[in-house]
Amino acid sequence: MSPEFPKKVRSDLNPSRVLTFRIDGRDVSARADESILIVARQNGIAIPTLCHLDGLSERGACRLCIVEIKGSARLQPACVTYPRQDMEVVTTSERVVAYRRKILELLFTERNHVCSVCVSNGHCELQDLAVELGVSHVRYPYLYPGYPVDASHERFCVDHNRCVLCLRCVRVCDEIEGAHTWDVMGRGITSQVIIDLNQPWGTSETCTSCGKCVQVCPTGALTEKGRSVAEISRRRRFLPYLQMMRERRDER
Amino acid sequence: MQADNSPPGGQSSTPSSPPADPRLRLVDRTMQLYHHEGHALIETLHAAQESFGYLDEGIMHYIAGRLRVPLSRVFAVATFYHAFTLKPPGKHTCVICLGTACYIGGSRAILDGIRDREGIAAGETTADGEVSLVVARCLGSCGLAPAGVFDGEVAGRLDPQQVLDRIGRWRHDDPA
Repeated sequence: MSPEFPKKVRSDLNPSRVLTFRIDGRDVSARADESILIVARQNGIAIPTLCHLDGLSERGACRLCIVEIKGSARLQPACVTYPRQDMEVVTTSERVVAYRRKILELLFTERNHVCSVCVSNGHCELQDLAVELGVSHVRYPYLYPGYPVDASHERFCVDHNRCVLCLRCVRVCDEIEGAHTWDVMGRGITSQVIIDLNQPWGTSETCTSCGKCVQVCPTGALTEKGRSVAEISRRRRFLPYLQMMRERRDER
Repeated sequence: MQADNSPPGGQSSTPSSPPADPRLRLVDRTMQLYHHEGHALIETLHAAQESFGYLDEGIMHYIAGRLRVPLSRVFAVATFYHAFTLKPPGKHTCVICLGTACYIGGSRAILDGIRDREGIAAGETTADGEVSLVVARCLGSCGLAPAGVFDGEVAGRLDPQQVLDRIGRWRHDDPA
C-alpha cells in the first residue's frame, strides 16, 4: 500500500492514543482513530475492498472487507471498525472468504454485469475482485433489472445496470467537488443513484461536469462518451493531489 | 439554483396557483420554526406532504433552496420514507389491512384481485387518478378480519369480489 494512505479523522476517538492488537497473528500497533483496514494495509496485509477509495470517507457499503474478530460472532467490515486493545482480527479464513465470494456473486446478480460488452472490461474493479476471489460461477438467479441508460449529458453517460451502489460518485461529488449532485433514492433492492431530482444528467443545474464521479466509478456505470468495449481509462491521481492541496491550505 | 427562493407556482406545473399559495404557509412556518436549518428537512417534507397531499418537483425545489440542502438529498429523503409520496393521491382511497389476522383471513387474495383487475399494486393509483391503494400493518380491527378502510369508513369480513365492486363503483362515479 502507498505510504501516503490518508488518515480519516474520527472526532469521537482519541487520535493520540496508541493501542496494540493482532491481525492474522501479527502484533500491530495503531492509533485509536485508524480503522482495521488502514492498519492492515500499513502492515502489508491485503483486504479486498470495493466501496473504499483512498481520499474519500468510508461508507461500509460493499461489505467485502469483512473480517473475523475473536469473541464476536458477527463478521465486521474492516473499513468502519476500529481496533480495541488486545483485539484479535483474522482477515482470511474459510468463512470470511466464502462470505466475500457470496457477496460478489450477489452483486453480479443484482444488475447486469456482462463483461464482454462492457466499456470497463479489463479495467473493472468488480471484475478484478471476482478474479482475485476465484468467483468462477454464480449460484443465484440473475435479476436483469433493465434500467434505462442516461446519455443526456454532453460528455458522460450513466448506466445503472452496471452500478454496484458503492456510492463513490456520491461521496466524491459531495466531499471533493462540493456540489452534491448525486445521492441515492429509494431503499433496498430498488435503490438507485440519482442526479438532483432524479432528472436526466444533461438537465442538472448543480452538476459542474467536472467528471470526478466518472473517474472514481469502479465499474462501467459512469463512463465518458465515445469509448467502446474495454476502452475506458480512469484517472484518479487528482484525489490524493486535491487532498494534499487542501491540507496545505488548511495548515496555512 | 440554491438561490431559488421563489415559492413554487406560476412556472411550476402543479400544486400552487397564485404566488402566495396558502398551502405554503404550513411549510414556511415549519422551516421558520427550525431557523431554516438543514436538519429540518424531514419535518418540512412532512408539512409539505400534509398540506399538498404529495411532493412535486416545485415544492422539493423550494424546500431545497430555503433549507440550503442539495436537491438530490431532498429527493433521496422523499423516496426513502414511505410517509412521502411523489404522486398526487387518487380521489378515493382504499386501505387494505395486512396485519396478521387479516393476512390469514385472506387480505393477500384481495390485493391480488385488485392487481389483476385494476392493475395497481399497494401504494399506487389508477391511471385515471380515481383510486389509490394503500396497505396498513394493522387497523386494530382484527375481529373483523380481513378488514379495510374505504374513504375513511372501516369495513370488515371483506372478500375480493366485494372490494372490487366498491372500487368499480368509485371508478364509474356511482354514489354509495
